[in-house]
Amino acid sequence: MSEDFTDDYEDGNALAGPLGELFAVDVTTAIGRCAGCGRSGRVAELRVYSHAPGLVARCPGCDRVMMRLVRGPDAAWLDLRGTVSLRVALPG
Amino acid sequence: MARTALPGRLSTRLTWRVATLAEFHDETATARTLRLDVPGWPGHLPGQHVDVRLTDEDGYSTQRSYSLAAPADGDRIELTVQRLPDGEVSGYLADTYAVGDPIEIRGPVGGWFVWRPPDPAPVLLVAGGSGIVPLMAMIRSRRQAGSRVPFRLVYSVRTPADQFYAAELRRSARADGGLDVAVVYTRSAPDGWARPAGRITAADLEALGWPASFEPTCYVCGPTGFVEAAAGALVDLGHDPRRIRTERFGPST
Repeated sequence: MSEDFTDDYEDGNALAGPLGELFAVDVTTAIGRCAGCGRSGRVAELRVYSHAPGLVARCPGCDRVMMRLVRGPDAAWLDLRGTVSLRVALPG
Repeated sequence: MARTALPGRLSTRLTWRVATLAEFHDETATARTLRLDVPGWPGHLPGQHVDVRLTDEDGYSTQRSYSLAAPADGDRIELTVQRLPDGEVSGYLADTYAVGDPIEIRGPVGGWFVWRPPDPAPVLLVAGGSGIVPLMAMIRSRRQAGSRVPFRLVYSVRTPADQFYAAELRRSARADGGLDVAVVYTRSAPDGWARPAGRITAADLEALGWPASFEPTCYVCGPTGFVEAAAGALVDLGHDPRRIRTERFGPST
């Protein structure tokens, strides 16, 4: 297909393992609201950049950083400054 | 917790467990299918993936995600690993990793890019290269469940020799009622193939996929550029973006 498309990111599905280490629910199916543009969408649909020492997840609407996750040897650091809210479905 | 509990939703924090290679076979010249024994495997849904971690003797450790290629068979799971140029994990798994050797596995994870057999909506699967792997898990789960849900697979590969699961997909198209398989070749097609080799287009997806009016669920998996273009083409053809689920593998090979 077109060579114009950037190839340097994955999607939020790639966060499932790293976030699964922190949370008992699958956060990739949660609906996150972007602090930049107000867009709501699945965490699975964010654009995840993994070149940095850590994972940076950007809004597919406005490209603003919604989450950053860094895993160190004995701790994880999760920055959610770019996320207004996370809606997690919890049956029952 | 019961083993039939929601896959991916463990009662405890996700942790690493040791898996052992039980058997393998070469899928293509550059890809190998691995069958792993993972004691206590909780089961999974088609489309979910695992993280694989390798740790060197000096403590250096690295990890990658791999889609599960088939429904679980008890404690046995299946991955198909495409060897990437300079891929330190894929190179090890596809060349060096031997029967009986341990690796660490974490999962199953990912609850979005999954197909649930009770879902009656028609399904369009669009695979680019090794993006076939989680979609094959859906095809195999459909067969295992005896589902008659209409499935169409559009599989883009460079050449016939790059096709994963070729014999099974040829057989499936005949044996699995309601499964259509179409292969699109991007570099070189078999002799006499009607469609000239070239990248997949909106016209291909219009001809080979479901009309948007059938309201299929679309699963698109492959390198990031492929997924961008294929998902964009589906939206242009009138498919509701909310019914298009994507899984990007990151940089293409």
